[in-house]
Parts: sequence; structure tokens; C-alpha cells
Amino acid sequence: MSDYLVQFNNISKFFGKVIALKDVTMKLKKGEIMCLLGDNGAGKSTLIKTLAGVHRPDEGEIIVEGKKTIFDSPKDALDMGIATVYQDLALVSLMSVTRNFFMGREPMKGPPFFKTFDIEKANKIAAERMGQIGIDVRDPSQAVGTMSGGERQCLAISRAIYFGAKVLVLDEPTSALGVHQASVVLKYIVKAASQGLAVILITHNVHHAYPVGNSFTVLNRGKSLGTYEKKDISREKLLSMMAGGEELNKLEVELQEMNRSSAN
Amino acid sequence: MSTKKSKSIETKTDFNQDERLKKVSKLRLLLNRPELGALGGAILVFIFFGIVAGDTGMFSAYGVLNFLDVSANLGIIAIAAAMLMIGGEFDLSIGSMIGFAGICIAIPAIYWGWPLWMSIIFAFSLAVLVGYFNGILVVRTGLPSFIVTLAMLFILRGATLALTRLITGRTQVPGLRVLIEDDPLAWIFATDTFKWVFTWLGSMNLIALRTDGTPLATGIPPSVIWFIGLAIITTWILMKTRYGNWIFASGGDKNGANNVGVPVGRVKISLFIGTAVAATIFATIQVLDAGSADTMRGTLKELEAIAAAVVGGCLLTGGYGSAIGAAFGALIFGTVSMGIFYTDVDTDWFKVFLGAMMLIAVIFNNYIRRKVTESK
Repeated sequence: MSDYLVQFNNISKFFGKVIALKDVTMKLKKGEIMCLLGDNGAGKSTLIKTLAGVHRPDEGEIIVEGKKTIFDSPKDALDMGIATVYQDLALVSLMSVTRNFFMGREPMKGPPFFKTFDIEKANKIAAERMGQIGIDVRDPSQAVGTMSGGERQCLAISRAIYFGAKVLVLDEPTSALGVHQASVVLKYIVKAASQGLAVILITHNVHHAYPVGNSFTVLNRGKSLGTYEKKDISREKLLSMMAGGEELNKLEVELQEMNRSSAN
Repeated sequence: MSTKKSKSIETKTDFNQDERLKKVSKLRLLLNRPELGALGGAILVFIFFGIVAGDTGMFSAYGVLNFLDVSANLGIIAIAAAMLMIGGEFDLSIGSMIGFAGICIAIPAIYWGWPLWMSIIFAFSLAVLVGYFNGILVVRTGLPSFIVTLAMLFILRGATLALTRLITGRTQVPGLRVLIEDDPLAWIFATDTFKWVFTWLGSMNLIALRTDGTPLATGIPPSVIWFIGLAIITTWILMKTRYGNWIFASGGDKNGANNVGVPVGRVKISLFIGTAVAATIFATIQVLDAGSADTMRGTLKELEAIAAAVVGGCLLTGGYGSAIGAAFGALIFGTVSMGIFYTDVDTDWFKVFLGAMMLIAVIFNNYIRRKVTESK
């Protein structure tokens, strides 16, 4: 069999007459970061939701650790170790770091029927985990709202890893961040991959993707324009492959012509 | 999912160089507690009446029990309203539910000859249904609970009035008092407790006595016991249980909560059931105390409950607040509404106070929320 951790083969998804995705194929090994690039409307959101088990693909197969599987719900995907960190991060800014970290999966203690949320243990784990990625939460009961964007992103990723993710699907993790914060998050993503996770990084920012990715899949209007190893493609080529490239060239030509005609 | 599966990821990427951190003072931490405003308010209110009405009998055993009873009644529904508000929803049908529940106890007991305990169970069953209906409607349609429960406010009040007149030809159902004795269930809602303490205090001449030598204040009213019990249980739920965490999560960000596996719909429905049941507890205590049910009972109580919850630190947008804060909020309103009788102030001013209190609370809460969620 293959040494791929997860394979998405020829995935297609239709909404009525609209072809949202057509024949998208992605394969990931352990420790690999695949960047999924695409402009707005390229089908990134549909693909994410298909990976996360929200949508069921109409065609194609999903193979996790050599076994063909079907995700009926987000929980199925999660149980197989495919964790999706959405753009909104699923964090509640009014709640504490600890309560967010364990939201929906609270550690419990006590006898049956009288089980209580083991907040001390949760505080300890949350502080420890955040400490490991260099975020010093002085007080794990502080509200997430007081954290910076990068810290929140790292919290969401660290939560996914803690709860047993093998494949991380990250939806635009750097889009809302400044340069420094983005680089911190990207560093953390590389570190996570080096510990044996497979990462699918979804972004429209080639400058963020290129330094960290091992391979790149470009999505345009629901179709994959192919997957390239890093050595086979340049940053400029990737840029022009995303929807903007061709159109910007055309625009440049048109503008030149306009200039020429107005100069005459 | 077990914690063993997870791998330890160790990177030292220092955020702190970038963050300009300030030391968080203990005072600031305390200010972050949602119930702090209400606690401070309650203390101020007691100081005020201590000065203004300290020698009037307001703080005699009888006077204290009097304003505690009023506070406790409001507190029972305010706590449930607060839980629901933390869960991100409103219930405007609480007041109508009180009237409805009262009639649901009185009519079967008086006109259909049911034993009182059966009528009480009947009323609570209907409350669960009403709460479930409110909840499922809000969760399924995604409509604002404000609108859905406003509709329920009219439906329940109208149905209460129409059905009562249809069955009894009147709008009041008296005659319940004789049924309370020997009923296996009613005593839970109708018994004064700790009577021996008051008898003893009376015998020591420490509290005011009637002319026949029995104390004026006979015992702790049932509302107070229910109120304290509910305040403790709900606070425990919010702080110490998984369900409590789900309530905060559902109100804070329902999509986010859903994405990490919190059953947001179930949580919200259960909270709607909670407010309807609390309204029924309120109604049962009042109906048994007065010995009669009135179709207009509970009018405007939903707004007082929400006001108390807001004064207690609940945000109108959900995800933040506390049950104990709502309890303090109710204590403030109950104390002032009774205390005002002991002062020279015209009681008409009570509503002005209530409104002003709520306004101050909202402004204060808004400020706190900004502080809490402020990004660095």
C-alpha cells in the first residue's frame, strides 16, 4: 500500500447545477505541508467542508491510512484524526483560555452522575500546552478576547493537536494577521508538521505558503490546476497560476494599449 | 478522544517580545467577575436604607423576611432568565407563564376535583412543554427569541384569560387554601421553615410578638429557600459542570460551539424549559400563599427578571454573566421596592429607580465587556 496518511482522490461536489469541485486530488504524507492555493470563489470553502465532513463528496474517494472511508458528519472526520481549524477558530472571546481549550470536550472528575468539570486539571493542561508553544498565559482563566490574533490561532491549532489530530486542515490561518504574528503562526505550523502531522494549509497568500509548503495545489474555478513539489515550481509561477495571474497579464496588456491610444 | 494520542509540540516562539504587557492587578481581576456590580449595588442599597430607615422596623425580623420574600420571588425567575441570557436567548413569556401556571393549578384543583399535587404536576408538565416549544421554535427557525417569546407572551396571557373565563366565568380562582393541608406535594411550596428559631427568638423577647405571644415573623418563607437553593445549584452548574461550559459557549458563539461538538440546540431548549419551570415555581408559591389564582398574575415580571439579570452582569448578547449576580440583582430590586415604604419617598418613584439602575448596569456591563474582549 501507499505511505500516504490521507488521500483525497478525484473529489467532486455539485450543488444542483453548479459544479463546486471537479476531480480534485490531494495526497499527504506524515510530516508534509500541502498548501492549497486559490482565489476567492475557487472552491476552497467547499473543499474544506468536504475534508471536514460537512459535505459529502458526490464523486471520488477518501482514504485515511490506507482505508477507504466516508465521512457522514464532522465528528466522523474528527474521529479519523482529521481536524479542521476554521477561520473563525471556534473560539469564544468572552470565555477563558481553559474553557475554550476544552469547549465541548471537558475533562471530568467525580463519581458517576455527579461528574464535574475538572477545572484545575483543565487549567493546568491549557497553561502547559500554551507554554510549549511559547505563549505564556499568565492566568488560564483570562478571556480569550485579551489574546492577540496570532495567539488565538495558535490556541486553536494547539487544541486540535491536543485532541488527537493527525491531519490538520487550516483555513486561512494567517489572513487576519500582521507580518510578525503570521510568521509566528507559520513557524508553529512547520513545527507541528515536523512532529509527524500532515497539514493542509488553505490560503490565498502565496508569500505565506511558499516558505512553509512541501507541495502546492492550485485550485481555480472548482478544478485543480495540478499539484507541484516545491522544487518544480517557483513562487512567481504559483502566483500567476492563481486566478489573478492570467487576468492581470491581460489587464496589463489592455492598459498598455489604452495608454498607447491616448498618447496618440 | 484520549489525551495519549496527542503529541507534545515544543517550540519556543516568543510572543512576549511583541506584546507590550501590563501587569494585571488583583482589582482588575475582581472587576472581571460579572456579579461584582450587583454585589456592590446591593451593599450600597443596604447602607442607604440602614441610614434612612434603620430605626423604622425595616430591619426587624418581620421587615427583613418581608423584603427577602419579595426579592426571592423575583430572584427565582431572574436566575432562570440569567441562565437563558448567558445561553444567548431571551424569554419574554415568563410573566405570562406565571399567570398560565397559576390557573393550571387552580382550575383542575377547584373545578375538576383533582388533588392539589396532581394539579401542580400538571402545571409543571405544561411548563416543560411551553419551554420546549419556545426552544425548538427558536432553534429550528433561527428567529430571534425576542420575537418568538413575545408572541408566546400574548398567546399564553390570552389563553389564560380566555380559558379561565370559559371554564369559570371569572378571572380569579379562589379557594385553594383549604386544599394545602395534608397534600403530599404542596408543602414544598407552602411551608415556612425554621419556625423553631423564630419561636425561640420570640420566647427570648428578641423579636416582635403578636398580642397572643406568638412571634410576628413565623418562619423563613418557602420562596427564600427555593431562591437560595436555585442560586447555589445554578452557580454550581455554570462554574463546575460541562453543561455550564456549554451554556457559556452556546451564548458566546453558537457556530464556534457547534464546530467543536457542543450540542447548542439541546442546551438552548433546556434553558427555555428552565425559564418556564422557574415561572411555574414562582406561580405555585404565590398561588398557594394567596390561596387563589389570578389570570393577570405575573404581568411584566419577565421584564423585571431580565432587568435583575442585567443588573447582575448578564450581557444582552449572551455568553457572559452569572446566576449569583442575578440573585443580587433581584435582592436590590426587592429591597428597594419594600424599603421605599419605610422612607418618606413616594413609592411611585420605585419604577424610576428600577429603570435608572438598569441603565447604569448596562453602561457598566458594556464597559466591562469591552475591557474583557479588548485585543492587545
